[in-house]
Amino acid sequence: MGFHWKWDFTWEILPRLLEATLNTLIAAGAGYAIAIVLGLVLALAQRTPYRALTFVVREFVEFIRSTPLILQIFFVFYVGPQFGVRMSPWTSGMIAIGLHYSAYLSEVYRGGLNSVGKGQWEACTALNMSPRQAYTRIIIPQAVPPALAGMGNYLVGIFKDTPMLSVIGVAELMHTANAIGSESYRFLEPYTLVGVIFLAISLPAAGFIRVFETYVRRKLGLK
Amino acid sequence: MSLWEFIATYWPDFLKGTGVTAAQFILATMLAIGIALVAGLMKLSRNAVVRGVSVTYIEIFRGTSLLVQLYWIFFVLPLFGVTLDKFTAGFVAVGMNLGAYGAELVRGGIQSVPKGQWEAAYALSMSPAKRMWRIILPQALVNMLPPWGNLLIELLKNTALVSLISVTDLMFVAKQINGSTFLSAQAFGLALIVYYVFARFIVTPFMRWLEGVMRRKLGRA
Repeated sequence: MGFHWKWDFTWEILPRLLEATLNTLIAAGAGYAIAIVLGLVLALAQRTPYRALTFVVREFVEFIRSTPLILQIFFVFYVGPQFGVRMSPWTSGMIAIGLHYSAYLSEVYRGGLNSVGKGQWEACTALNMSPRQAYTRIIIPQAVPPALAGMGNYLVGIFKDTPMLSVIGVAELMHTANAIGSESYRFLEPYTLVGVIFLAISLPAAGFIRVFETYVRRKLGLK
Repeated sequence: MSLWEFIATYWPDFLKGTGVTAAQFILATMLAIGIALVAGLMKLSRNAVVRGVSVTYIEIFRGTSLLVQLYWIFFVLPLFGVTLDKFTAGFVAVGMNLGAYGAELVRGGIQSVPKGQWEAAYALSMSPAKRMWRIILPQALVNMLPPWGNLLIELLKNTALVSLISVTDLMFVAKQINGSTFLSAQAFGLALIVYYVFARFIVTPFMRWLEGVMRRKLGRA
């Protein structure tokens, strides 16, 4: 049986994997940045009085949320060239993962915005605030704390979904592990290390997010 | 090639792929439910060792990517003498991963049952097993069904990853057709629509129906 952990091999491939981890973190960060902004657009679009717009955005969000990310990544990567638009794996990967998570984040924002009491809106009207002022000064600051937990979960979620980018050739952690595996015919060490690296980042991150959440809540005077 | 011609030519392949996806979905769901129940109950155990095993399992499977777990099960597990064929490895990985998420739902569902129910069962001198099975779990089930609906959608989407170890599911078929025809928009677009229909018009309505049935059974309708 080939079960034999080689430590020298482990030390040999670890620097390469750690370098790739940086790419994984960049991918997760960039994808999340897109998702945070686009998610807000999708959430606010569903609160406009235009029925048709609300309906289209709602269905779009449902569609994105009910179909596999991996398929969306392939779709974005391959459909562009069919119509003459060439995109690098990084660009199409970021578009796909950013779009996917923006649909999830829009639901988180929606929940947060809906949790702001109706009285707050009425008070804004009574104070003669414009909708823009009402959102930026009154509504959004109150919608953030209830949305924080969901936002944090999806940050960890996007990080754990970045290995899917390896299928279109983004040189992140999984891609590097695959490359090492096919060069050396050893899969035990690279795949196990990838798992360990993921655990070593996602567990503390989840803990940190909980701490951050309590901190923000306390800052805003909510318990 | 127009979309209709495309569908007319390739529908048998898509149908076969959808069948494999459905099989993966059903098998992974059954595995996930079983694991969730066991791990969820173990996490509520008074024994620290039992609790520790469950927490370790849940954290490992929730802390890493499904793709990593899938590759590990398919490529590394054979080194330990456990060789699974690709179809089995596929649904086992998906089921084990989603089972870890489900375990938290089971735990939450059980904890949401009011304390009075536990006390009443105790007062009727029910055995712990009977109390759990007849009193606590049915009520916990009603409380946790809505999040299970979401989890099953996640599970369905995650079955697409098994195509990466060459299980011939819907995703695999779409990739294959894309590779031979270069009609990416049609191949991937059609697969997206099939997944969407599966999730939105089969899984979700079924879960809503199940929620209704369970609520009526407990007289909460």
